[in-house]
Amino acid sequence: MPNSRFPKQPQDASTGGLTPVTASADPASPGVSGSPIDDEVMIRAQAGDHLAFAHLYSLHKRRIYSLCLRMVGNVAEAEDLTQEAFLQLHRKIATFRGDSAFSTWLHRLAINVVLMHLRKKGLHLMSLDEAMEPVPDEGPGRSFGAPDLSLVGSIDRLALERAVAALPAGYRLIFVLHDVEGYEHNEIADMLDCSIGNSKSQLHKARLKLRDALRTSLRGERR
Amino acid sequence: MTKDPQQMNCHEFQAQLAELIGSGQKPGDHPHLKICPLCRALLADLETIAEAARQLFPIQQPKEELWERIESAIKDEEASS
Repeated sequence: MPNSRFPKQPQDASTGGLTPVTASADPASPGVSGSPIDDEVMIRAQAGDHLAFAHLYSLHKRRIYSLCLRMVGNVAEAEDLTQEAFLQLHRKIATFRGDSAFSTWLHRLAINVVLMHLRKKGLHLMSLDEAMEPVPDEGPGRSFGAPDLSLVGSIDRLALERAVAALPAGYRLIFVLHDVEGYEHNEIADMLDCSIGNSKSQLHKARLKLRDALRTSLRGERR
Repeated sequence: MTKDPQQMNCHEFQAQLAELIGSGQKPGDHPHLKICPLCRALLADLETIAEAARQLFPIQQPKEELWERIESAIKDEEASS
């Protein structure tokens, strides 16, 4: 294929970088339809149009990169995973049949890329199986703390990002999929091959860990 | 056998909290919370964290060079196929 068919840098057609990620506002979130522009570009890309593929990249790069970054908490890995996701997209785009919105399909493809990566990393991360194991010292009895140190109205973005990045991989994965990306427990259980109860339990533990971290941070600020 | 919610202590309430939250019920209506400020504070914090996650995470911009890497990898794949 001639190299000249690729644009130097695809024009950025995505939305503003400060757009908050919410299940209702994110076109890449599950259950949200793709735009007509998306569909048209995707059809051209399916036919082998590299300019259209580059445009698809420009439309979705922020969402996919942000997803990868949240899930692994590391810029270099997130870049590699974004690259792998778009390479897989290039290989598989002809198989997209429109049963779901294209953005949803791509989002799921990217999540699978990240999950494969995390499973391959094995020893470097807490495995999903380990993450599903109950941890004795994290029982409900320790989830108290002084009620005057409330997080309500006190969480800032950087503190939350830091706390999420510091979560064990298994907890971070479920927290990001549920609380950030908007997936339901049954969808997460399907993706991670675990029970719905485990998904609920791990999300709860992830939030408890975040609460501990954020309260520690808040306590430090108040000293 | 499930214990009467009116009779639960903090430990028992918190043991059920993941399921209460995850099942879409309103955990804030639980009888234990009417008498326990510590568990009320816990639940408020957890709800705040979930809400903050939905609202505070910004969309990140990948480096411009990333497209060049992807483009190059696609070309390599096409050349080898």
